[in-house]
Amino acid sequence: MGLPNGVLRELKQIVGGHQVVHEANDLKIFERDGSISGALPDAVVLPADRDQVAAVVRLAARHGIPVVPRGAGTGLSGGAVTVKGGIALQLSRMRRVLRIDPASRTAMVEPGVVNQDLQQAASRHGLFYAPDPSSQKACTIGGNAAENSGGPHCLYYGVTTNHVLGMEVVLADGSFAWLGGEAPDRVGLDLLGVMVGSEGTLGTITRILVKLLPVPESVVTLMAAFPTIETASHAVSAVIGHGILPAALEMMDQVTIGAVEAHYRAGYPTDAGAVLLVEVDGLQESCGELSGEIERILKENEATNLRIAEDPDERELLWAGRKGAIGALGRIKPNYYLHDGVVPRTRLPEVLRRVGEIGDHYKLPVANVFHAGDGNLHPNILFDLRDAGVMDQVEGAGEEMLYAVVEMGGTLSGEHGIGIEKNAFMPWIYSADDLEAMLRVKRALDPAGLMNPGKIFPDPEREPRLTARAGFCAEARWW
Amino acid sequence: MGLDIRDPGTFQGPDAPSDDDLSTCVHCGLCLNYCPTFRVTGLETESPRGRIYLMTQWKRGGLPFTEELVRHIDLCLGCRTCEAVCPSGVPYGRIIEHGRAEVERLRRPNPKSLLVRQTMRQLLGHPVRLQAAGAMTRLGQALRLTGLVPQSRVLPRLTGAYRPPAGRVAPPIGERRFRVAFLLGCVMPIFYRPAHEASVKLLQLAGCEVWFPRGQRCCGALFAHNGDLEGARGLREVNQRAFGMEDFDYLLVNSAGCGSHLKDFYPNLGTRVRDLFEFLAEVGLPEPRQEVPLRVTYQDACHLVHAQRIRKPPRQLLKSIPGLEFVEMAHADICCGSAGIYNAVQPEMSERILAEKMEDLLSVQPQVVVTANPGCQMQLEAGLRARGRQEVAVKHLAEVIAAAY
Repeated sequence: MGLPNGVLRELKQIVGGHQVVHEANDLKIFERDGSISGALPDAVVLPADRDQVAAVVRLAARHGIPVVPRGAGTGLSGGAVTVKGGIALQLSRMRRVLRIDPASRTAMVEPGVVNQDLQQAASRHGLFYAPDPSSQKACTIGGNAAENSGGPHCLYYGVTTNHVLGMEVVLADGSFAWLGGEAPDRVGLDLLGVMVGSEGTLGTITRILVKLLPVPESVVTLMAAFPTIETASHAVSAVIGHGILPAALEMMDQVTIGAVEAHYRAGYPTDAGAVLLVEVDGLQESCGELSGEIERILKENEATNLRIAEDPDERELLWAGRKGAIGALGRIKPNYYLHDGVVPRTRLPEVLRRVGEIGDHYKLPVANVFHAGDGNLHPNILFDLRDAGVMDQVEGAGEEMLYAVVEMGGTLSGEHGIGIEKNAFMPWIYSADDLEAMLRVKRALDPAGLMNPGKIFPDPEREPRLTARAGFCAEARWW
Repeated sequence: MGLDIRDPGTFQGPDAPSDDDLSTCVHCGLCLNYCPTFRVTGLETESPRGRIYLMTQWKRGGLPFTEELVRHIDLCLGCRTCEAVCPSGVPYGRIIEHGRAEVERLRRPNPKSLLVRQTMRQLLGHPVRLQAAGAMTRLGQALRLTGLVPQSRVLPRLTGAYRPPAGRVAPPIGERRFRVAFLLGCVMPIFYRPAHEASVKLLQLAGCEVWFPRGQRCCGALFAHNGDLEGARGLREVNQRAFGMEDFDYLLVNSAGCGSHLKDFYPNLGTRVRDLFEFLAEVGLPEPRQEVPLRVTYQDACHLVHAQRIRKPPRQLLKSIPGLEFVEMAHADICCGSAGIYNAVQPEMSERILAEKMEDLLSVQPQVVVTANPGCQMQLEAGLRARGRQEVAVKHLAEVIAAAY
C-alpha cells in the first residue's frame, strides 16, 4: 500500500522526526499485538499530546489513510493490528496521570498510562482503580477503555465501562469531543457508553476520567482445590446461589496449575483437578463472616485443600499465579490461542466438558483459566507453530468451542473484544438488521471508514469462516 | 544501506540463540513496561518482545540483517528485568548474550566494536595491566587531566588497590563456621577498595575463613554481555583451575554482575556461588555494635534482583542496622543505565535512563545511596556529580553494613 507522497514529511513535522517509524524492516516488528495475527502498518507514529493526535488524524482524514490506535499491544483479539495498513497511532508516550482528585475520587489520565501505574498513583491516596486485567502490568487505560476490558475483580466491581466517567476523543475528522463528565449521572443518549468498548473504530481516546474507589479495609483470599473442574464449577454456583458475591472468583484447571507452579510456586496443589481463588473484601467484620460462610460452602462441595492467605505476601503470590497464568502456558507449548466466551454460569460444567471434547478431537492440549464467577471462560489452545498445518486445527477447534458457547446461550467475548478475531462470527449472535443498526452508528461518526477499519463488523472482503475455515490466521507470517 | 544477508545461514552460527529459547516467547507483552529502553522510547523495537521477534525473524529469513536493525540489539541494556517478570520463563539473558555473540560474528567489522573487544581482552583479563591502568588513572586524576578522555569522567576517584591479606587467607572472627573463597574481580579491587575491605570484614564476622585463590582473573561477565563468548570461555577455564586448587564451602561474590555470570556460566562452580548479601542474610551476622545514623536508599543491581532474584536480603540487612533510616525510592529495581560498559558505548540512551533514575533517587532525599555492583556505583556517582549533588554519597552495601561493627 504505502503512504501517499509527502505524508511522511508532514507526519514528521507534526510529531518530530524521531517519532515516526517508517523503515520497512522496523515496521515488521510492529505487525502484531498479543493475538496470533499480524499485518504491516505503513507508519508508526508516536504523538506526544492530544493536539498531535488530532493533527495526525486530520492529516490521515485528508488523505484517506486508516488510523489504528495502539497502546501496549497486549490485546488478544487483534484490535491493534493494522489489517488495512495505514498509521499505527502508538500512544505509549502519552503516559501522564494528569490529576488525582481524592475528594471526588477521580483520576484524569492520558491513554498511554499503564493500568498498574495508575493503581500505584491511586494507592498513595488510599484509592484504587477497580478493573484489573491480567495484563495490567503492561496494558494501558486507553486500551482498556477501547476494549472495555475486564479482570478478576470485575465480578463484583464491574468492567471498565462502569468506571469511566468521561473521555476526550479525537473523532475521525480530527475534531475533539468530550463525552460524559464529572457528574455521576448522564442524560440523553449514552454516547460515552457507545465509545467504551468500540475498539478504536469510532475515534481515538486522548484523555480519560476514571472513577477511583477507596481501598477496602480488609481483604481475604482463599485458595481451594477440587478433584475435578465439575466439582469446582458446582462449588462456584453454590457460593453465588447462597447470595454471596465475592470480589473475585477464579478457576484454573490442572494443565494451568502445573504451568503456573513451575514459575510462581504459588502453592497450588499440582494434583488437583481444579483450583478456585476466591476473594472477598470490605469491612473487617463482614469479611471474616463472609469468608467463613464461603469456606463452609466450598467444603460442602468437595473442596480438598483449603487455604487462606496469611499475609499480603502470600495473597500476592496466590494472585501472581493467576495473573501470570496465560504467559506461563508458554512452558507447555510455545504458542497459545486464548479464547474468550461467556455462558450463563450454571452451564459452565457442560461447556467445559464440551471444550475438553473438542480439544481431544483435534488432539490439541487445552488449558482453562478463567473468571468462573462471571461464567467467562478462557480456553487456551496450546500448540507449536512449527508443526505443519497446526493453524488450521487450532482455528477449527477455537471456532467449535465458541460455537458451543453460543449454543448454550452465551456470547462471543467477555472482555477481549471482537477485533479481527471474531468479527466473522458476529452473525451467530446478531441478525443482519442488528449489525446494520450498529454500522449506522459507525458511519455517523466515521463516514469514510478510516478508524481502525476491518474490526468488529464482518469484513465483506473476507470469506466468512463458517463456510471457509482456512485463511484467517493461517498465514502465520511471524514464524 | 548496511549488510543484507538473506541466505539461510544468517543468524544460524554455533552461538546464535536457539530456536527453543526464542520460541518460548508468546508475544504477550507483559515485559514492555519493565524495559527501561521501552519506557523512555515507547517503541516496540526497543522492547524485549520486539528484540526477540527481530531475532526470530533473522533466524527465519523474515528480515534482513542490517546495521540499522542491529541497533535495536545494541540498545538492550541486558538488565534482564523482563526475564524476572516474564510469565513464560523466557531465558532472555541467555538469548541476548547469544544474540550479541551472533551479531558480532555477522556484523561488518567496525572500529568501535573492535576497540571495545580488544580493550576488554587486553585489559580486563589481565590483573597486572589493569592495576597499571588504575595507577595511571589515579595519577591523571591527581593532575586533573580527566578532561582529556571524556569517558573517564564516569570513573570514581581512585585510591590504592585492594590487596588480599598475607598468606591469602583472612581468619574468621570467633568460631569458624565456613571456609569460603572470595572473588576479587577485575575492576572491584582497583575502583572500590573500601567495598572489598568491608565485604571481607563482614564475612569474617559471620564466621568465615576467607580464602583468596591465586591466579583468579576477571570472571568474564563483561565479555559475555558484550557478545564475546569466546573471551568469556577462556577466562572461565583459567578461573576454574584457580578455584579448583583447594576445597571450600562457597564462592562469595560482592558484584552482582559477576555473581550472576558465575551462577549461569560456570557449571562446575555455579551451585556453590553465593552473592555476599544472599549469604549474610542466610547465615546471619552478630548483633550490630553501633548505630549508623544515616538516611539510606537502595538501588537494586539488575543482576542481583532480576538475574539472581535477590530482592529482600539487602533490604533486610539494611533494616537490621540500628539508627539507619531506610527509604525505598520509586522504581528502585529499574536499571540505572550503567549496564556494564553500556554507559560508555551507548551514552545517549544511558543518560536518558539515568536522568529518570536521578529524579526518583533525589526525590526521597537520601544521605547515602547503596548498591551492590561496581557499574551501578560508578553510574550513580557520575549522575550525582553531573548534577552537583555530591553531598549524596554512593556506597557499596557492604560498607554501610560494616559501619555498624
